[in-house]
Amino acid sequence: MTAGISPPEPMVGRRIGLIDGVEKVSGRADYTADLDHGPALVGRIYRSPHAHAEIVRVDVSRARALPGVIAIITGDDCDTPFGIIPIVQNEFPMARDRVRYRGEPVAAVAAIDDATAERALRLIKMEVRPLPAYFEADTAREDGAVNLHDDRPGNLEREVHTEFGDVDAGFKNADLVCEETYDCAEVTHVHMEPHASLADWDVERGRITLHSVTQVPYYVHLRVAQCMGIDGSHVRVVKPFIGGGFGARTETLNFEIIACLMARAARGRVRMKLSREETFLTHRGRPRTKVKMKIGMRKDGKMTACEAHVEQTGGAYGGYGIVTILYAGSLLNAIYDIPAVRYDGFRVYTNTPPCGAMRGHGTVDVRHAFESLTDAMARQLNLDPFAVRRANLLTAPTRTINDLEVRSYGLPQCLDWVEQHSDWHNRKSKQKPGSGMGMACSHYVSGAAKPVHWTGEPHAVVNLKLDFDGGITILTGAADIGQGSSTILAQVVAEVLGIEFDRLTVIANDSRITPKDNGSYSSRVTFMVGNAALHAAQNLKSILTEAAAVKLDVSPAEIECLGEAYAIEGQQGSEIPFNDVVTQALVDTGTLTVKGTFTVPREFQGGKYRGAGVGPSMAYSYSATVAKISIDDITGRITVDHIWVAHDCGKALNPLSVEGQVQGGVWMGVGQAISEETRYFEGLPMGANMLDYRVPSIVESPNIDVGIIESIDPNGPFGAKEASEGSLSSTLPAIANAVYDAIGIRMNDTPITPDRVLSALAKQKRRAG
Amino acid sequence: MAKSILRLTLNGMPREDAVADNTLLVDYLREVTRQTGTKMGCDGGECGACTVLVDGQPRLSCISLAIGCAGHHVETIEGQTQGGRLSRLQKAFHEKLGSQCGYCTPGMIMAAEGLLRKNPAPTDQEIRNALGGNICRCTGYVKIIESVRAAAGDTE
Repeated sequence: MTAGISPPEPMVGRRIGLIDGVEKVSGRADYTADLDHGPALVGRIYRSPHAHAEIVRVDVSRARALPGVIAIITGDDCDTPFGIIPIVQNEFPMARDRVRYRGEPVAAVAAIDDATAERALRLIKMEVRPLPAYFEADTAREDGAVNLHDDRPGNLEREVHTEFGDVDAGFKNADLVCEETYDCAEVTHVHMEPHASLADWDVERGRITLHSVTQVPYYVHLRVAQCMGIDGSHVRVVKPFIGGGFGARTETLNFEIIACLMARAARGRVRMKLSREETFLTHRGRPRTKVKMKIGMRKDGKMTACEAHVEQTGGAYGGYGIVTILYAGSLLNAIYDIPAVRYDGFRVYTNTPPCGAMRGHGTVDVRHAFESLTDAMARQLNLDPFAVRRANLLTAPTRTINDLEVRSYGLPQCLDWVEQHSDWHNRKSKQKPGSGMGMACSHYVSGAAKPVHWTGEPHAVVNLKLDFDGGITILTGAADIGQGSSTILAQVVAEVLGIEFDRLTVIANDSRITPKDNGSYSSRVTFMVGNAALHAAQNLKSILTEAAAVKLDVSPAEIECLGEAYAIEGQQGSEIPFNDVVTQALVDTGTLTVKGTFTVPREFQGGKYRGAGVGPSMAYSYSATVAKISIDDITGRITVDHIWVAHDCGKALNPLSVEGQVQGGVWMGVGQAISEETRYFEGLPMGANMLDYRVPSIVESPNIDVGIIESIDPNGPFGAKEASEGSLSSTLPAIANAVYDAIGIRMNDTPITPDRVLSALAKQKRRAG
Repeated sequence: MAKSILRLTLNGMPREDAVADNTLLVDYLREVTRQTGTKMGCDGGECGACTVLVDGQPRLSCISLAIGCAGHHVETIEGQTQGGRLSRLQKAFHEKLGSQCGYCTPGMIMAAEGLLRKNPAPTDQEIRNALGGNICRCTGYVKIIESVRAAAGDTE
């Protein structure tokens, strides 16, 4: 190394706060509802009071006549359906002909203020012919049930049947075969920021600008153009700061399109702020999922076969439904070495708000079933639950029976970490009555290998702009939704170039400025966009190296990059500062814009069977979790005392951020395990607020110790992979297994509420007595 | 709705505004003074995102009338930064990652500020109790507790 200037400390692996953290803590971060809306009109949505009905007439004449009402639109104003999956676009921004859930948008009002808009909504009259409504999957699937969608007989959105390996032979070879059913309630995201959009229609030019709360600005862009019937080049979508997503905003949502349609109808600017109740109604959360799980096991704990029957109550429209039901099956694999797996999945339409993607998409409830049943079988065979997991480990690299490529696999180290840090064996032997400990494992993809829209483009593109002042701007379409993706991209670029972090600015999510990105879902950003950023930074580095070579009159091979300076390798005193290298690099070319791309190679994109496109990823994260709980036998209340979780994220680009993501995911799992569920009475939401929908408060939330396992994935940027979703899934079964440990009762259904605990305890007592 | 002249002190600065009698404090802050750091996360009194200090006491601005604050001292997140420098709580929330999406952060910091003024060295349980009405959906609260603890120990 050249003496004198030394390269800065590595940026990768450093615990730093978020690149946009100062704005957030100082109140300067502008979220959609904070944007200066100037003379914007107030947009409000009229929603269906009926769960299932044919629309005879929507009468808006009285509302339209109200002074201060500027525009009213209905289903008649848009006959183009939309939806995230190209083959299932069966939703209209506002219902036409038929409404399929209570709360579905039917009409929208743009008025001069809130009070006028509110009055106008009350003047809208809707005449309908009621249809039978179905709120449960079994009634929707009954013979003779009216189909919600004409092209979907039996109200089945999708049936999946796959079998890999010889399942019947596997069960025959087992010493113990067990089957159990699990019923996991529907849950929803409850991101802190209610939905909001600001739409601006440029009457003269026929262009729309939409600021919205999306995780997927690109998909919103496409659907806005489609539903407005305008050219994509006349659309601009900007994502301001957004207050969380967790999957709620991974598809274009009805209010975003309505805001745009209304801005055009009102010939101006419309601000739409949904209430918390409306945010609950827009939903897209995790469907109620019933799982029948069957596992075959030998005496030594080795699994011989698995069979899962899964039914999801999907709500009224397609959304991500097909993907959800496919994930539930495909990710039965890629965590353990199971030689034979059979899966039957059923996605059902019902007259409830549409479900969609939620953190751990498709995998959480099935993992709960699998890990709970594994725990029960380990007990029956008198085996330690850790030993059973260890008896079934994969050996990476490997290709699973359903064609998933596992190249890095830190599950063994995860198991060791939680076993040791929770002091499992010692602590477990000294428990007080009413206390229990349980463990479970889980995994998740690091980006879906097949994008929703297959266009032949790379999976990710990042641009870097370097100008005369020596500042580097990272231009990305990746949506930072609080998970810290902009920070990670900046760390990657700073690491490659070795420059000071302060040289970097990230500009994200303005479709007129930043390159297209598929968005923040399937934990794809660190892996895919991180790799594109890495590639872009390498390209920029070679340009700078060549410029330094010209300046120092040597060949590029002789140049050493010191980050803030370049030098001739081994030649002390030859350093030239970064800014001089930049000046040289700009000679004859001017401002540099360098591109980096990332594409998932074909061998990672899955097999050739129907449905093979969901599940494949270039890398999988792994988690092991231990939960310690106690139960009050008078109130039935579960207290989660402590959680130890180890997460294999490949390489922690920012360990602080990895801990934060893992803690947040685990905690969301705690909520689903003990208190969260959406409830409906005949399709009417019974708890569409943050008091009745019981998100755990800080008072009842446990300490969560995180162990970071670095398996260094061969394809991730610096070895990194997923860090935010995988560890959610193991939380539910770890808690359920701890409940069994405490009271000797298997609580298969979630949430494990005090009511359920008390009635199980009463039943246990009756049986004993 | 009739309007009255509202006189109060906002982040140390006296103000006079014509405000409708039914205007909520959160709407006054966001729409009249255009200080949008105070957030609305629910339909009223559910989440704590709109927490401000009134005479040093944490108050939910979404269920308080603006006019009820006449003559009082209101403090919001915007007033925490002094001379462009982050307050000890703001700094700790930034450095310890007590803030992810940032939407609950202004309310969380104001509630914590109210606590630290009364109780400069709170226990973890006291931190939990003081922030019990503030929901965060990102962090699992672990790093929020660490942030408040770090700020309490920051005597700069």
